[in-house]
Amino acid sequence: MSGDGHTHDHDHDRTFQPDHPEPTSDGARIGLALRELLIEGGYYTPAEEREVIEAMSGASPENGARLAARAWLDSDFRERLLGNGAETIKEMGFDLSPTEFTVLENTDEVHNVIVCTLCSCYPRALLGMSPAWYKSFNYRARIVREPRAVLREFGVEFADEIEVRVHDSTAELRYMVLPQRPPGTEGWSEERLAALITRDSLIGTQRELT
Amino acid sequence: MPDRFAVGQRVRIADRTPPVHHRVPAYAKGRVGTIERLCGLHGQPERFIRDNGAPLTRLYRVRIPQHSLWPDYSGPAQDQLDIEIFEHWLEPAE
Repeated sequence: MSGDGHTHDHDHDRTFQPDHPEPTSDGARIGLALRELLIEGGYYTPAEEREVIEAMSGASPENGARLAARAWLDSDFRERLLGNGAETIKEMGFDLSPTEFTVLENTDEVHNVIVCTLCSCYPRALLGMSPAWYKSFNYRARIVREPRAVLREFGVEFADEIEVRVHDSTAELRYMVLPQRPPGTEGWSEERLAALITRDSLIGTQRELT
Repeated sequence: MPDRFAVGQRVRIADRTPPVHHRVPAYAKGRVGTIERLCGLHGQPERFIRDNGAPLTRLYRVRIPQHSLWPDYSGPAQDQLDIEIFEHWLEPAE
C-alpha cells in the first residue's frame, strides 16, 4: 500500500518487547498486532502492560494460602471473607476488582471444586498462573459432568454422604476454595498453617491437607 | 431497577443461542435451578462485544442439581453445580 496520506514508515519504534515467544501462528500474530495498535493508539502504555505482567508473574498460591490460614485463625475475618470476598481481601493487600471474588468453604458435608468451562477464568492474583490441566478440555468438560470420577483421578475419595459442589466460573466471579483445617494443628502460627495449604486444595482438586 | 429474582427462587435458564458472544454454556441452557445468591451488576457480554456492555444487569448464581443436568449422572442425589447467569437469561420456573 503506497497511497497518499500514508506518511509513516513501517519501521515501527520498538517501544516494548512483548514478554512472549516470537509468534508463529496466525492467532498469535493477530494478537501481537492488536497489542501494538492499542499501544500506538494510546489506549495503554508499555509500562502499564509490563506492570500487569509482573504482578501476574509475581503472584503465587502462597497468596491464597495466607488468606485461608488467616480465615482458620480469625473467625471474624472468615465471616467477612465468606460474605464479601472482594472487599475483605483488600485488608490483606489483594485486589481483584472489577471482578467479584467468592470464597467457598469446605465442610464435613460439602466439598467445593472450581472450573471455567468456557475458557480459563482463574483468580491469578491469589493463585498465580493456572496449571495446564485447569485449562485443558479434558478437565473443563469432565469436572462438570462427572466430578467424582475426575476428583478420584486427583486422589480425592469421599463418602457418598458428602455433597460435591462444582462451581462454573462463567462470567464476573472468581472463586477460591477454603479447605478444612487439618486436625492436630491447634496452636500453630498463621505462617506455619499457610505452609500446609496447597494450590490444588484452593482449587478443590485436593481435600485433605497433611 | 429492582431485582427480578430472590434467593431461593426457582428459575429456568433460557434455551437460546444468539449469534453473538455470550457466557451461557450449552449444558446449562433450558435447565431449572435455584437462586443461590445475587452477585452485583455487570455489563452484558453480548453487548460488550460491540459497546460497553450497558445497561448493567443483575448477575445471579444459580444452583442446579447434577441429576437434572445429566440424566445419567452416577453420583448421589445431593451433588450440585453452581453457575453465574445474567438476569436477562432467567425466567421464573415452577
